[in-house]
Amino acid sequence: MSRMQTGQKVTFRILRGEGDSLKEVDYHVEAETGWVVLDAVLNIQATQAPDLSVRWNCKAAKCGSCSAEVNGKPRLMCKTRLDDIDTSQPVVVHPIKSFPHVKDLVADVKWNYEVNKRITPFTPAKDADFTYYQEDVDRVQEFRKCIECFLCQNVCHILRNHEAHSRFAGPRFFVRVAGLEMHPMDTADRTQFLDQEAGVFLCNITKCCTHVCPEDIHITDNAIIPLKERVIDRKYDPLQWLVRKVTGKK
Amino acid sequence: MAEYQTHEYDVIVIGAGGAGLRAAIESSAMGAKTALVCKSLLGKAHTVMAEGGMAAALANVDKADNWQTHFRDTVLGGKYMGNWRMQQLHAQESPERALELERWGAVFDRTPEGKINQRAFGGHTWKRLAHVGDRTGLEMIRTLQDKGVHQGIDVFMECTIVELLKDSGRVVGAFGYWRETGKFVVFKAKAVVMATGGIGKMFRVTSNSWEYTADGHALALRAGAELIDMEFVQFHPTGMVWPPGVKGILVTEAVRGEGGLLKNSQGERFMERYDPKRMELSTRDQVAKAIYTEVKEGRGTPHGGVWLDISHKDAEYIKKKLPSMYHQFKDLADVDITTSPMEIGPTMHYIMGGIRVVPESGAATVPGLFACGECSGGMHGGNRLGGNSLSDLLVFGKRAGEGAALFARDNGAHVGFDDAQIKRTEQDVLRPFESRASHTPYDLHFELQDLMQDNVGIMRTGDDLKTAIAVFPAFNEKLRGARVEGSRMFNPGWHLAWDMVNMLLIAEVVARAALQREESRGAHTRLDFPKTDSGGYWETVNSCATYEDGRVGMGLIPKPVMPAELKALVDATA
Ligand SMILES: Cc1cc2nc3c(=O)[nH]c(=O)nc-3n(C[C@H](O)[C@H](O)[C@H](O)COP(=O)(O)OP(=O)(O)OC[C@H]3O[C@@H](n4cnc5c(N)ncnc54)[C@H](O)[C@@H]3O)c2cc1C
Ligand code: SF4
Ligand code: SF4
Ligand code: FES
Repeated sequence: MSRMQTGQKVTFRILRGEGDSLKEVDYHVEAETGWVVLDAVLNIQATQAPDLSVRWNCKAAKCGSCSAEVNGKPRLMCKTRLDDIDTSQPVVVHPIKSFPHVKDLVADVKWNYEVNKRITPFTPAKDADFTYYQEDVDRVQEFRKCIECFLCQNVCHILRNHEAHSRFAGPRFFVRVAGLEMHPMDTADRTQFLDQEAGVFLCNITKCCTHVCPEDIHITDNAIIPLKERVIDRKYDPLQWLVRKVTGKK
Repeated sequence: MAEYQTHEYDVIVIGAGGAGLRAAIESSAMGAKTALVCKSLLGKAHTVMAEGGMAAALANVDKADNWQTHFRDTVLGGKYMGNWRMQQLHAQESPERALELERWGAVFDRTPEGKINQRAFGGHTWKRLAHVGDRTGLEMIRTLQDKGVHQGIDVFMECTIVELLKDSGRVVGAFGYWRETGKFVVFKAKAVVMATGGIGKMFRVTSNSWEYTADGHALALRAGAELIDMEFVQFHPTGMVWPPGVKGILVTEAVRGEGGLLKNSQGERFMERYDPKRMELSTRDQVAKAIYTEVKEGRGTPHGGVWLDISHKDAEYIKKKLPSMYHQFKDLADVDITTSPMEIGPTMHYIMGGIRVVPESGAATVPGLFACGECSGGMHGGNRLGGNSLSDLLVFGKRAGEGAALFARDNGAHVGFDDAQIKRTEQDVLRPFESRASHTPYDLHFELQDLMQDNVGIMRTGDDLKTAIAVFPAFNEKLRGARVEGSRMFNPGWHLAWDMVNMLLIAEVVARAALQREESRGAHTRLDFPKTDSGGYWETVNSCATYEDGRVGMGLIPKPVMPAELKALVDATA
């Protein structure tokens, strides 16, 4: 796509409102070279729509606050350059959809924090001496990169059906559990949680979550599939489960 | 107070960055019923953005390191302005705080011996920064967040505190609103810990987010606390300068720690002329001023910066050690840092000054109030060393949490409230909805940013500072009339109106403190007083701001004198 020039006019079609009174509103802005969608949204907020609700913090794809759907695609607004999208048409910006809407571009993501509370936290052995090596943690560090943007939660078709929220933790929390389970010093067993409460077997490996992850975490291949294997081992081959647990290996 | 939602706690902690989380964990571990309040969602505080690492003399890589050397580096880095006792506690306790974080599940990069790896950083004698690639802050905040949540701390997210509540000279709670609904909420508490972070949003070019509107500084000052060292504003030497949308975003010092070179448009490694010994790993104040000078004298890059180049290192190594920098430049500037240099320049980054506290307990000068993290003062003096903030958060977060819990225990009963104060504050906060003026808080925010950048920025003169100070009263008037549109539901324009009240107050404090200090030292540079008063009067005093009858008072207090044995440590090797 060609490079955006300063002063070029672009139209943004943003979902405004709350409750039942929702409408798309068009805003025309003069873009600057190198702008991302968030720059445009904040510019609109500062000059045309001071009450436009939007979340952001780092503006550098590090905090996971600015998730939205840009032209129907779940993205971080601060990482979506105007150069990379079609700006000859209005750019449509909507909030993420899997969670209750609050106002404008803000959705209510509290449910995710509730799920996290139910996960058994890091549990080292009492006398653990914490000597471990880079090769032991390369895998865990991948999971710990998660910035909690909840884009994976947003695209997962299981969570799009809101009733499933009580039975399915969603990809973000499989990543979280994988980070704990594969921590070389952790001793807890979260297989029952995975199976019964988190509903790991409801996932049918569509990989939609992996495709949207801005941190390039291989959610399905590296977290969900190995976790399913652990749950199965725990049930049918406890010895193998123990080996995996103790070695911290997949 | 039936009309407000009201919560009662032993301790409330305002701010959920590293400092606030660590404070809340400690307070609750001591048995105090503890709440944590923050403006953003949990886990999104500034701490999440910290990249390079956390300084702690673990001596895992350079065996010669110890707390004494860390202490000396911090004293020298702070240009003798810091509080020696805080600097001592910090150097002594940060290794234990880092190990504790590891025991709570943080996964630091490892040495070949299986220990926490450490990297070099500006002003640190040895390789000292425990790190996780270039996302150390994320690791810290996630670890603390999970520890805290599972320990039973109640978290109130997206709730902005607008004023501290006082009764009989003591802080007894806090008053705020829910960002989502705009409804007000009262927190009654026996002790309050302030951990709100910094003030960067009053500058045009900054690495700081929308949250850094000086709230904690302003609330504490209005509640009767003192602010020290507010003239010391850190401009980080390496922020992005292009494209325009990313101007100011931080380029971690770890790039230089990993061997990145600074060059001007003529390809010269110009640090040779400013600090030939330490070169790129000189302290931030020196490097920032060097870059400023290079650009000013015509040796800058096309977009008014200089080059930072790490492309001589192996591409895989760069991607492994600096993954988020690699992506940041690739995604936002179309630059591949494994083959091309980065264009960088100074960006406002950190406020050394802050709430004056008792080193051991974090107690502020007003009873019932405690402070830790970036909003507190004293630890970093005239210039902060990279990596010393993350360790500061843990060391003094723990101490403030403990201090607050003990205060709450010893000062048992909840005391009363001044209902009139709450009513008054509510009216003030809602006033913008009634305005018919043409200007919005955004307009004024841009004006303030220009004013601060141009007059209270990296290079200062008495005249410029006076210009800024003269403008504030009219500015305040204008702000009282600023117009807000829409409802109280998640309304950022309305939120900014009160944030601006806080920013304006603290902008004035910064400008007055800067005008008062007639020398150049650390991050404070006066073109009209270019010399550092080494060993002289200005080395013996800290600026100290107060607030009475609606006015800022600015004065000087004697700097606590370092005991002889510590001074010997500093002098012996200086
Ligand atoms: C890009 C970047 C990189 C950095 N890298 C490093 C590094 O590598 N090493 C290092 O040591 N330091 C680094 N720093 C500095 C360091 O990250 C910060 O100084 C530190 O994280 C501040 O922590 P804190 O706990 O004091 O505040 P923060 O983490 O900023 O948290 C402040 C909290 O206060 C809340 N808050 C503020 N006002 C209110 C209010 N009115 N009501 C309710 N809540 C409120 C916010 O919501 C937030 O939760 C970096 C800073 C930046 C910006
Ligand atoms: S792979 Fe599983 S978790 Fe991921 S989107 Fe598909 S169903 Fe959801
Ligand atoms: S796993 Fe990836 S997509 Fe999901 S919340 Fe974390 S960073 Fe976002
Ligand atoms: S603002 Fe932090 S990820 Fe976009």
